[in-house]
Amino acid sequence: MASVEEASRPFAGLSDVSISEEIPVEGDIAVPVGPSTRDDEFSTLDEPVKETIVRDLRAVGNKFIHVLYPKRSSALLRDWDLWGPLLLCVTLALLLQGGAADKDDQGGPQFAEVFVIIWFGSIVITLNSKLLGGTISFFQSLCVLGYCIMPLTVALIVCRIVLLSSSGKVSFAVRLGVVTASFGWSTFASTAFLADSHLTNRKALVVYPVFLFYFVIGWMILTFSSGN
Amino acid sequence: MASKNDPFQFQEFDEAGTLLESNRDAVTISIDDEDLKSKRQRSAVGFAQDVGDEEPLISEDREELLSGKNKNAPFWTFEYYQKFFDIETHHVRERILGSLVPWPGKNFIQVHLRKNPDLYGPFWICTTLVFAIAISGNLSTFLRYFGNSNYKYTAEFGKVSIAATAIFSYAWLVPLGLWGLLLWRSNKILNLVSYSFMEIVCVYGYSLAVYIPAVVLWIPHVEWLRWLSIVVALCLSSSVLVMTFWPALRDDHPKVIIATVAGIVLLNGLLAVGCKMYFFSEAKLGPGHVSPPAAIITNGTSS
Repeated sequence: MASVEEASRPFAGLSDVSISEEIPVEGDIAVPVGPSTRDDEFSTLDEPVKETIVRDLRAVGNKFIHVLYPKRSSALLRDWDLWGPLLLCVTLALLLQGGAADKDDQGGPQFAEVFVIIWFGSIVITLNSKLLGGTISFFQSLCVLGYCIMPLTVALIVCRIVLLSSSGKVSFAVRLGVVTASFGWSTFASTAFLADSHLTNRKALVVYPVFLFYFVIGWMILTFSSGN
Repeated sequence: MASKNDPFQFQEFDEAGTLLESNRDAVTISIDDEDLKSKRQRSAVGFAQDVGDEEPLISEDREELLSGKNKNAPFWTFEYYQKFFDIETHHVRERILGSLVPWPGKNFIQVHLRKNPDLYGPFWICTTLVFAIAISGNLSTFLRYFGNSNYKYTAEFGKVSIAATAIFSYAWLVPLGLWGLLLWRSNKILNLVSYSFMEIVCVYGYSLAVYIPAVVLWIPHVEWLRWLSIVVALCLSSSVLVMTFWPALRDDHPKVIIATVAGIVLLNGLLAVGCKMYFFSEAKLGPGHVSPPAAIITNGTSS
């Protein structure tokens, strides 16, 4: 009985729910603030402009290398940037000009058409990936899709060089081979980054739009014919 | 009263009224939940009872939370559209196969959709069809004039936007019209079957899947092959659509049934033939070019 009363004593005040004003509530909350950890990250406002630009260029170049050798690294995902995709998109759109049909109204893709196809296509694929429950963020996905256009841009440069020399059946076969190889490379590289963020039973659903996207870009490159 | 007993022992509490009488200045809380108002008297007695009665009320919320779908999300939020992408690869594969090979008696909506319409299939099938038509049309004109030095190959990109407009408006406006029609008829006649708008869009989207191989068959310039593939694709696609909507129309006035079925098949055929006519017609050369027979004639007269 005594132990019960002892046990009930800490709960004695509970039957009276109202807090009486005699119980003081006070104390100290102190958070020890150590030395600032951002001391070594000096303000980038003071550094020379050349250093800022070189640092960004190095980051972009680093990502290009990651696309060339698509291992399972997260460098593309961690620090995403859209400089590389913009550079590639503009290069692609510029190189697709100067085609045979440029002199007519309808014909090869206009600069704006290439831009719209690439960016609108990337946005639609990213939305699709997010709606299917992907864990990758919007801009990370845009970054990956944009950087993986690089093999196709290289293929376009090769195609233009080949077209300078000849435009017969042999050159067509060479161009077909180059474009097919680079299309496969692009798709493989981007799925290495994108497919990991989804469940296994939805991977094909996420990969197919990427396949279609690069197929259409590859088609635009393959059908490019230079003017005389 | 509670403090006299062992605080760790579960105990029954009296009615709220009796408790209040004994302890006048105890704090009281009243929960004004409309669903539970009628049960307040009963549930004032401990939690051991009436757990079963609360089950149906909270089970709906629990189901919603567990399934991850928020059925009440407004249509301008992201979550609303996420519930239309709740499918897996094998679902999409089954649905495409089900639209390619219509089985008499198997209603596409009831067998394959099962109250889970998706927007993934219709959207990507329409997009693929748009690009397939544009690329095949391009290839077919290219192959026709292959080796002809007077023909300069042009990649006609204006066609992509026209194809896209035609196909996407078919895939969205016709289901809208059909849904409106079914809604209007269901006010007049008691229908046992009713389809939601998304389910109709889904059926229409998947029924376009059969046109993708048909369009690829249009590349070689062989007229009988083209017409054969159009007829086959039209038959398969229309039969899927008609078999799906038959249960919803069956109890209706015969004239309405005939008109609706004829409308479905006609619009389908119009799309197919229209695409063939526009994208795969003869000599779609640019304004600056001369068609081959005329070139030969001018060469002949000048020399």
